[in-house]
Amino acid sequence: MKAIKTIGLVIFLVGLAIFTALPLLGTFNLNEADFNTIVKEQNIKSDIFINDLKSNVVGKDFNGMQSLSPNISKAITNANEAHIKNKEWDKKIYTSSSDMAAMIGKKSANGFIANNKGLMWLLTFGLGIIGALMFILPNVILLGKKGIKNDGIYHESATNRGWIGWMVFIFLVSFYLVLYFASEYATNWTLLVDPISEALSGNPAGHWFVYGFMYCTVMTVMAVRMYIKYRHNIYQVFRTTSVLFFQIVFAFLIPEIMVRLQMPYYDFKNAFPLDYDFFFQWNLKDLINNGGIGIFILVWGIVLTLIIVPVMVYFFGKRWYCSWVCGCGGLAETLGDPYRQHSDKSLFAWKVERYLIHAVLLFVLIMTGMTLYSFFTETGTVLGIKTSTVQSIYSLVIGSIFAGVIGTGFYPIFGNRVWCRFGCPLAAYLGFVQRFKSRFRITTNGGQCISCGNCSTYCEQGIDVRAYAQKGENIIRSSCVGCGICSAVCPRGVLKLENGPEKGRINPTEILLGNDVDLMDLVNDK
Amino acid sequence: MEHIVIIGNGISGVTLARHIRKLSDKKITIVSAETDYFFSRTALMYVYMGHMKFEHTQPYENWFWKKNRIELKKGYVKQVETETKTLHFAEGDTLHYDKLIIATGSKPNKFGWPGQDLDGVIGMYHKQDLEQLEKYAPNKEVCKRAVIVGGGLIGIELAEMLNSRKIPVTFLVRENSFWNGVLPEGESKMINDHIKNHHIDLRLSTNLKEIKSDENGKVKSVIIEETGEELECNVVGLTAGVTPNVDFLKDSDIELGRGVKVNRFLETNIADVYAIGDCAEQHEAIGNRRPIEAVWYTGRMMGETLAQTICGNKTPYKPGHWFNSAKFLDIEYQTYGWVFGERGRPEYEHHFHWKHAKENICITVAFHKDTKEFLGINTFGIRMRHEIFDKWLTEKRDVDYVMSYLKDANFDPEFFKTYENDILKQYNNTFNTNLTAHKKSWKRIFSKV
Repeated sequence: MKAIKTIGLVIFLVGLAIFTALPLLGTFNLNEADFNTIVKEQNIKSDIFINDLKSNVVGKDFNGMQSLSPNISKAITNANEAHIKNKEWDKKIYTSSSDMAAMIGKKSANGFIANNKGLMWLLTFGLGIIGALMFILPNVILLGKKGIKNDGIYHESATNRGWIGWMVFIFLVSFYLVLYFASEYATNWTLLVDPISEALSGNPAGHWFVYGFMYCTVMTVMAVRMYIKYRHNIYQVFRTTSVLFFQIVFAFLIPEIMVRLQMPYYDFKNAFPLDYDFFFQWNLKDLINNGGIGIFILVWGIVLTLIIVPVMVYFFGKRWYCSWVCGCGGLAETLGDPYRQHSDKSLFAWKVERYLIHAVLLFVLIMTGMTLYSFFTETGTVLGIKTSTVQSIYSLVIGSIFAGVIGTGFYPIFGNRVWCRFGCPLAAYLGFVQRFKSRFRITTNGGQCISCGNCSTYCEQGIDVRAYAQKGENIIRSSCVGCGICSAVCPRGVLKLENGPEKGRINPTEILLGNDVDLMDLVNDK
Repeated sequence: MEHIVIIGNGISGVTLARHIRKLSDKKITIVSAETDYFFSRTALMYVYMGHMKFEHTQPYENWFWKKNRIELKKGYVKQVETETKTLHFAEGDTLHYDKLIIATGSKPNKFGWPGQDLDGVIGMYHKQDLEQLEKYAPNKEVCKRAVIVGGGLIGIELAEMLNSRKIPVTFLVRENSFWNGVLPEGESKMINDHIKNHHIDLRLSTNLKEIKSDENGKVKSVIIEETGEELECNVVGLTAGVTPNVDFLKDSDIELGRGVKVNRFLETNIADVYAIGDCAEQHEAIGNRRPIEAVWYTGRMMGETLAQTICGNKTPYKPGHWFNSAKFLDIEYQTYGWVFGERGRPEYEHHFHWKHAKENICITVAFHKDTKEFLGINTFGIRMRHEIFDKWLTEKRDVDYVMSYLKDANFDPEFFKTYENDILKQYNNTFNTNLTAHKKSWKRIFSKV
């Protein structure tokens, strides 16, 4: 069994290494016909740019995007400088050099990778999946009898912020930086999944399709790990299945199929304000122009945020979303599960959390207010501030850096729910409802608590669960996402996630006396 | 300002300090030689097993003590002079107190076995024991085999710990079935099998004769009394119960039995000196309880009670209904009320036992054979709601009521398989009753008594 694990690990690392090397490999040669198509499709009017590329790029061989990409960005910069100087605004190129390079790179890839997509998929995704499963599956036997198996978590480099943890951190952060800020380097990755994308939506893959496909793959493989680790715990099995289902079907398949049917790309479970650009002008226009289905999506999005979300939180707490439906939560609960113990439980972290998450919520609300004002009045500025500037700041700082690079990249260091805990505006909104108007709580068998700290250690949201449990207090914290791991790891059966009557949900206990009379008073007060 | 000095920073002493601070402005000092800060002793095992780091076993952040004006002093109290109200430390300094609370807990029992003080012989109680274990049993290469002596909760936890690092374990238990002084026969037998299933070499009805030393004064092997067999091993865990840690009081005026003798107000024979927790010994046992209860929960309750007395609201220690819980490797155990094992079971106590056909899930319900009053329940592999059983015990419900309303008490996570119907069916068959299971009701669960 140990040998299978080791072989699996090696296979996985080989796959990962090939995947990691791909952005710098491959031969690219742009032919004239393809270039003309791009010029036409993109409606490029800059003759400077066109001539520049025709003389420096078209028909020439390039090895790796690192040699092709600088030519394109230089051409764009030169062309735009000239057009700005001459005030030829219609000729200026508004496409970012990164996007342009990605587009040209995709058309011009013609080497081994582009001609052997199936084989390359097997050497990257294929080896990764097989290797990971070989590493994970033997645990069915190795983990032994049912029960919580956290043995050795703090002895392993990978799960105790050792060098492996830091390597994973560097890999994840780099991956997100490429994805968000240098997507031309993802060109070869898009080639691997072209056949899948074409089968689904009819279009070749872009870098977001790579991300979506990878997200689903990683979640599925890591869900297998969850199933094995928590196979004795049906709550965890159901929950894992649920997040996996919503990711694969709602976030991945349905939007792709909608594109094939000439409908707008839309994830029906992604509620505003997590879906912060839902009310952006381009989206509203796109939806309205799409007729029936567009209007349906518009109404659905608003109903989801204003009615479904709070009503569901009233009945089930925010867990129905954060731990059962949400894609960010889904990745956190599968890929992130091995790192859940790293969330900071200090009072200081809690203070930071409350300021930060509510600030993001406020930010998104102000931005949306400005956006809607701009939309209806058809002005670009509100009180002298450009709406588009605010939107791009949010997209960059919150949407890309916080939610992506930090949110996932920092898993091995700060735990798996950094984004959910500190940044997600939807979590803040759900949290308000959960705190003040919900039937959800974690009930505690207070008397039985031995203050061991397993619950707090394994709380991914950084809640000091023990502080409540040892006082016998129900836990109704805004940040609780109801993952149920505190209850699972408790060695004394102290914690239970419940949707009970609202009355008596909040039960501050001054003293948990074992004395006869007082204990009865305690019961009576409930 | 009155100076309250607490010796011992375990759950009893710390609970006391916290509640005195809640109720008053007195000066509080906690003295400990073991650690700088309070930690959960019962969680030490999880540190060795790698579930947690030692910091995680500390329920309060380090700034908590200063903020709450609870002074911490690290030092070993050598002598207590009650006439002058002075503590003398091994380090040579002294401390004056106005009120003294002894909360020094326990130490592992040693029954005078030859070799019991050799290197590699450890208890599993103090933080220092854990450090010793890391030294002598860091992995299966350094520690080829460990022998555990004593068949209680600490013993099985130590076995689980060593098992988590793949160290072979031989477990010597004096009784003919594991923990059968407390557990009824069916349950004790189930745990025996469970231990063996984890590849732990469980030897029942087996006593330790001697621990043999190598040339460096380190454990080499143990000799078994019954068979004379010699077992090579590198570590010996002594887990045959605990004794109050009160040796430092032998020269004082404070009355000692096995522990510090206290009355119902937790007062000793000397004014302004109290004792709580594992080291306190009641003059007369309370109900079915033992005079000394080395249990986390009772220590906590004594701390809460004594805080009231010290802050002017003189309160007797009257623990409510007995409860306890533990975990035997993967099997969770909870008990509410009294369920006696074979030994010491009153003749009026009858049992109803249900066990799952395949899984390690079972319950035992104790009731009075004449009045059918419900006396207590043991559950294995099913979590139960503390408040509900506390209520039923207070209301003196009969066993039929308890059995038919059992769904109210289930505390397992959502979607878990429930067994109340099976349990009731077997109960009906056994006692020729025709009870029907009542659906779980939030109203009853949270109703006023």
